[in-house]
Amino acid sequence: MSENTIRQFISFTIGDEEYGVDIMAIREIKGWTASTALPNAPRYMRGVINLRGAIVPILDLRSRFGRGSTDATPRHVIMVVAVGSRVAGILVDAVADILAVAGDDIQPVPQLEHAAAGFLTGLVTVEGRMVAVLDLDHVFAFDDMDMSGAEAAA
Amino acid sequence: MAEDQSYDLSRFKATYFEECAELLATAEETIARLQEGTGSSDDLNALFRCVHSIKGGGGAFAFEDLVHFAHVFETSMDALRSGRAELTPHVADILVRGNDVLGDFVRAAQEGATLPADHGAEVKALLAGIISGEAPPAKAAPVTTPAAIGAEPGFATWTIRLAPAPGLLRTGNDPLLMIRELASLGEMKVAVDRSKLPSLAEMNAQDAYLSWSFTLVTDRGRNAIEEVFEFVAGDSADVTIEQIGVAVDAQEGDGWGLFAPLPPTPDAVAAPTAAAPAGGAAPPAPAQTPAKAGDTGAGGIHTSSIRVDLDRVDRLVNMVGELVITQAMLGQQASGFSIESHPELVQGLQELSHHTRELQESVMAIRAQPIKALFSRAPRLVRDLSAKLNKQAKLVMSGENTEVDKTVIEQLSDPLTHLIRNSLDHGIELPEERIANGKPAEGTIHLGAEHRSGRVIIQVSDDGKGIDRKRVLEKAIEKGLVERGVQLTDEQIDQMIFAPGFSTAAQVSDVSGRGVGMDVVRRNIQDVGGRVVVQSTPGQGSRFILSLPLTLAVMDGMLVSVGIERYVLPLTNIVESLRPTAQQARTLVNVGDVLTLRGDYIRLIRLYDLFGIKNAITDTTRGLVVVVETEGGDRIGLLVDELLGQQQVVIKSLDSNYHPVEGISAATILGDGRVALILDVGALRIMGERLTRAQVEEAARAEAAE
Repeated sequence: MSENTIRQFISFTIGDEEYGVDIMAIREIKGWTASTALPNAPRYMRGVINLRGAIVPILDLRSRFGRGSTDATPRHVIMVVAVGSRVAGILVDAVADILAVAGDDIQPVPQLEHAAAGFLTGLVTVEGRMVAVLDLDHVFAFDDMDMSGAEAAA
Repeated sequence: MAEDQSYDLSRFKATYFEECAELLATAEETIARLQEGTGSSDDLNALFRCVHSIKGGGGAFAFEDLVHFAHVFETSMDALRSGRAELTPHVADILVRGNDVLGDFVRAAQEGATLPADHGAEVKALLAGIISGEAPPAKAAPVTTPAAIGAEPGFATWTIRLAPAPGLLRTGNDPLLMIRELASLGEMKVAVDRSKLPSLAEMNAQDAYLSWSFTLVTDRGRNAIEEVFEFVAGDSADVTIEQIGVAVDAQEGDGWGLFAPLPPTPDAVAAPTAAAPAGGAAPPAPAQTPAKAGDTGAGGIHTSSIRVDLDRVDRLVNMVGELVITQAMLGQQASGFSIESHPELVQGLQELSHHTRELQESVMAIRAQPIKALFSRAPRLVRDLSAKLNKQAKLVMSGENTEVDKTVIEQLSDPLTHLIRNSLDHGIELPEERIANGKPAEGTIHLGAEHRSGRVIIQVSDDGKGIDRKRVLEKAIEKGLVERGVQLTDEQIDQMIFAPGFSTAAQVSDVSGRGVGMDVVRRNIQDVGGRVVVQSTPGQGSRFILSLPLTLAVMDGMLVSVGIERYVLPLTNIVESLRPTAQQARTLVNVGDVLTLRGDYIRLIRLYDLFGIKNAITDTTRGLVVVVETEGGDRIGLLVDELLGQQQVVIKSLDSNYHPVEGISAATILGDGRVALILDVGALRIMGERLTRAQVEEAARAEAAE
């Protein structure tokens, strides 16, 4: 892929911050519905929901970034994304925008003491706003969750 | 014994006719393409294979007329596909007629009827004409030997069986020379019987183990054949010579007469021959059991079963699953209506529920297969392996007719093989050792299947030496699987053998002992929602218990609530439920919560504690205890808030988008569209014990600190 290929992102907000996910990874966007908690799961796993017959885990992105749980209301949004062969949902505050960004406009993430830094692949500046591009594979590193789940159970 | 064989034969026949029906249909389609001129060389090959398969199977059941015709058909196809004859519209028409006649023969064989001797003779001649028409006849039959071309009266088919005595080679005779000589007499087919061939370790290079069946088309008469075996017949080999084909009138056809006296396919003849001693046994008896008289009037080749693509069945299963959910949802919506106010609605819903269940059971039955298919490989495995390991073992099987979902059967093949190997290799001792320990020299391996509490339980047990716990523990410490000094129960040590990379075999044998086996076994079984545990008594043997879900789709469940959460308990696990009195529920030091129930003590597991659920009822006398039984037969009591009701639930995998959660076997969707998790009782017991132990240790530490 050439550096100047235009990539599209859907951006959403958590608090005041804006994050983006590659549009190709997004399966659908839906309002928050109550989830069923998974026992001994990490705190950021909100549980599972029924998405037209499929059981889909929902991850609270705010909590994944270590900033406390989201107090979910029907106004909150679940972004359903494909991660590898799995389908999962991300709980976010609101959907913000659709962005078209040239490949070389994506800046590398500076090594900062930023809690979310490990979950990002790059930064984009759009109309003066900074949008952080999510690394979905890392966000949904289920193996890590396995570990924390086991610890919680022990 | 004899009954078994005839039963099996009729089953194989049924399969054969099913296949024939498919093959004929395929052939017809293919010919249609060839007729239109849109066919390719692939189509010719496909058609050849169809005819060839029908012929091959027909030979196995000794349908001679059918085989004769199919052979001519096949040969003409061969001429076409090799380019020796050209595919003209005229030829394609002949193929259509050929296929029809072939169908007639199949039908006649299926109904046990006899067609007139000259049935299809005209078409046969036309087919033969394809071979001879565009190409010289000699080329049409490349295997024909010069002797056969002479085609004089007295041309006949013979079956010859040669079963050398073990010492044949030592008398200076060589079967190969005889076979070569025999082949020089005419056109010959050979089938070898390897059933007496021992394993490599036991084989003596100087002994003869193989025996052969030949079908020979020759004009040379019995004497010529007998001459070949002159030096061996009687004392160093059993030889039988029988004439099966009638002498052929050479003037009957123009060149294709060579093919007419085709014998039954030798492969099929080989096996019975090996068992039967020499002595002029009759050629394989024609089928004694004619196909059941059905609606023969229809004229089609009728089948009692169809083969369906598995994907279609899966779609059906999924659809029924959705239907069950919809039905549950409707039922819940209408639960407020009484039968007085809305008689039709309530009754309709009841019927819907009834029909849904029946539909679901029928769909599940499509996928169910007797586990026999899986078990049937075991006797051979035990026989071969015990010979290889110089051990004596017999296999006892039970419950072969237990029905299990097809997917489960497929997934079980490898683990089961491995468990049997393991029992033979690590379990059963050498005969001397067994006798020294006061056991019969011959060990016993028991393979059993049964339905228990809605699951299929498969057990592999042996009466061998059991698990050497001391060695297992040493090995586990050595491999860093446990820390030295940690106290483990016998049961925990036994389960160590399932740890990845674990093997206690002092020497890696080629049978088992690479240390990849048991964890693979466990993983394979977990993949289909099963569990495996091992029970072992030193000196008396081990028992592996595999517990598998019966179906992978729907089950009956009891909905329970714990705090704000709802869970589904498999109904088959539930024994009873009760609200314990203060006297019944006790907390014992170093043991944890127990419940006395009619004199028995059962462990009480507080589900809210295990799953970290807030706002649940913690007072045992205010909550409900559901007594459940695990596959291992252990009873535990689960403390829940209340029972919400019984319903059918559709099992949805949690793993497809997440990963397995301990204590949860799967998820389901309730009538209100919410997800509920299905509890895994066996895992809860293990979690409960671990939690109690942790709490006891915690208490001990706190005490020590004081």
